[in-house]
Amino acid sequence: MAEAGGEFATTAAAARERGARQTRPEGRLSPLVQLTLCRTREFLREPEAVFWVFIFPMLLACALGIAFRNTAPDKARVAIETSESAAGSQRQGNTLGADETARALNQSSSVAAEVMTSEKAAQALRTGRVDLVVRQSAGGFEYRFDPTRPESRMARLTADDSIQRAMGRTDSVAIKDERVTEPGARYIDFLIPGLIGMNLMGSGMWGLGFAVVQARNRKLLKRLAATPMRRSHYLLSFMFSRLLFLVFEVVAVVVFAWLVFGVAVRGSVINLAIIALIGAMAFAGLGLLVASRPKTIEGVSGLMNLVMLPMWLLSGTFFSSARFPAFLQPLIRALPLTALNDSLRAVINEGAPLSVSATALIILIAWSGVSFMVALRLFRWQ
Amino acid sequence: MRPGMIQAIEESNDLNSTSNIAALRCSKLTKRYNDVTAVDGIDLEVRNGECFGLLGPNGAGKTTTVEILEGLTPADGGLVEILGQSWGAGNDHMLRQRLGVQLQETQLADKLTVEETVRLFRSFYTRGHSVDEVIGLVELEEKRSARVGKLSGGQKQRLAVACALVSDPDILFLDEPTTGLDPQARLKLWGIVEHFGKSGGTTLLTTHYMEEATRLCDRVAIMDHGKVIALGTPAELIESLEADQIVELTTRGELESSTFERLAGVRAVRKKESVLSLTVSDIGAALPALLGEITRQKAELVSLTTHQATLEDVFVSMTGRMLRDG
Ligand SMILES: Nc1ncnc2c1ncn2[C@@H]1O[C@H](COP(=O)(O)OP(=O)(O)O)[C@@H](O)[C@H]1O
Ligand SMILES: [Mg+2]
Repeated sequence: MAEAGGEFATTAAAARERGARQTRPEGRLSPLVQLTLCRTREFLREPEAVFWVFIFPMLLACALGIAFRNTAPDKARVAIETSESAAGSQRQGNTLGADETARALNQSSSVAAEVMTSEKAAQALRTGRVDLVVRQSAGGFEYRFDPTRPESRMARLTADDSIQRAMGRTDSVAIKDERVTEPGARYIDFLIPGLIGMNLMGSGMWGLGFAVVQARNRKLLKRLAATPMRRSHYLLSFMFSRLLFLVFEVVAVVVFAWLVFGVAVRGSVINLAIIALIGAMAFAGLGLLVASRPKTIEGVSGLMNLVMLPMWLLSGTFFSSARFPAFLQPLIRALPLTALNDSLRAVINEGAPLSVSATALIILIAWSGVSFMVALRLFRWQ
Repeated sequence: MRPGMIQAIEESNDLNSTSNIAALRCSKLTKRYNDVTAVDGIDLEVRNGECFGLLGPNGAGKTTTVEILEGLTPADGGLVEILGQSWGAGNDHMLRQRLGVQLQETQLADKLTVEETVRLFRSFYTRGHSVDEVIGLVELEEKRSARVGKLSGGQKQRLAVACALVSDPDILFLDEPTTGLDPQARLKLWGIVEHFGKSGGTTLLTTHYMEEATRLCDRVAIMDHGKVIALGTPAELIESLEADQIVELTTRGELESSTFERLAGVRAVRKKESVLSLTVSDIGAALPALLGEITRQKAELVSLTTHQATLEDVFVSMTGRMLRDG
């Protein structure tokens, strides 16, 4: 310190020198670039955040994909009561013996029939182990089932069809079944775009909200407010850093879904990228808005949940939002997650061009712009 | 402090202020939080190139004052002039380019490295030191790639000062820069502040360590309950006690303290718990007299210490409290 002092002239001369100091190379560092870089580094150095953004959606897709995988449809389980008459297996007028009935039913690939005593059959029906009990009666059959159980109604139709055929009924028109279990029309195909949308919402809101509130809590925002940093740059850096992650987030889920479940992107990948980007910006804006006032993590968490909960429920992530009543539809359409999910489904499942999603994209852009501007206004720096 | 002394100090201030341009000036500054008056009508003038200290216990209103001057907290009343400008007059951006600020409570981002943090702050300013220079100034070269979260308290504080110095500011604000640091870390920080002063910069520093104010500050304002209760150079303030020495003693057996005031060379007597504290102008005359008085009162001396009067004693003599009592 002592020898360094010698380099400097005394007060007055030094003051003049200070005023004339040259701009150094670092003067050209762009604050926006630096802010974005720092934000990105901070995120990547937070292992929990990386887990929630990248790993969690894949685990979720896996779990749901397994739960809703396309298995062979369940067989209708039918119990056939042993006939009261001792000879049992003989044809009695217009009916079949128990064993014959079972054989006839089991010929159909969608029925599993079993012969049992009437007490056992009654118990099996009660406990739901069988869906239907078939009992011979004078001149025909009796079906016992619970009509409030859809499986029982199905079993009744299927079993009846088999029995009628065995008794000689013929089809009056030729029918051809076309089965739709190929990729593109399964539940997982519906689910994946919704997961991408939900993930973009979650990582945008949580990622930004926590970071902002933590910086406020640690008085870092106050410190930044004491610099000549442009306040809009600070908020913009959050939006920009989202862009970097967005690529990884979406690519990770899309590639994963394609490799594991064969979910293909039918439309243009560029259109998918544009939609994801606009969606991410909407949620980055919303995240900043939610984080613009709270001072504590608890405070911001509550607000986040309040904002996201309706969208989890209404925006058609796990089932189509068309199921909600008509008077709710305008509200549901205006939610950013609905707009994003619909656009993602259009491009991934239907291969639709961007023009199909124009309205939804405008809704997203409006959310992004309005929330950013309002956040900038409301933002509490200390 | 004697009334005459305050006058003398103020006169000398007036003389100096005409020959110096003020870097910073405020008058009748007030700030209230609900029923607390954090700042109660403060007038200050910090001259170009000087290191000015706000010395006071916790809650005196130092941080509030400094943050008003930094343009972070709006005042309820009063005027502020920084480098000849006021806040909110359209020049805030230019003004901030010329100030370096370290806040009392800021925690920088743990996950960034020293270098990344300095580079970020550098990017906000159009002129200033290079990142390497400023890391060198605060002697953090070895830690440049270390995460902020892994730094010691002293290193964190030096980084905070580096972020304040990175623009090579005209005015440097430091709010309790050494609170909670060990003596060695404190010495290092003092070196940085002194170096900045030698390069011609103006510093406004708050502290509740009188050693720090004595060593670093050209002038000191002592604050208590939102008011400036004394102002002057550390030497002037200490002289105003008209005391060479402070004598502190404890005895077995009760002492009647009032009789000590009449002893030769004793200027003031204060009793706090069992410690009798005497402000003494002539230690040679006072010491025999007060030993005699102890014997006369039939008490038994347990301990006796003397020290040169300090700013702490100035504060104690004016408020009856210690600086660190809060
Ligand atoms: N934001 C605030 N809200 C309410 N009271 C405050 C606030 N900031 C400071 N105070 C009060 O103002 C007084 C001065 O505080 P401060 O300026 O921080 O003192 P110092 O920095 O000298 O310790 C204290 O009584 C403190 O409790
Ligand atoms: Mg303080």
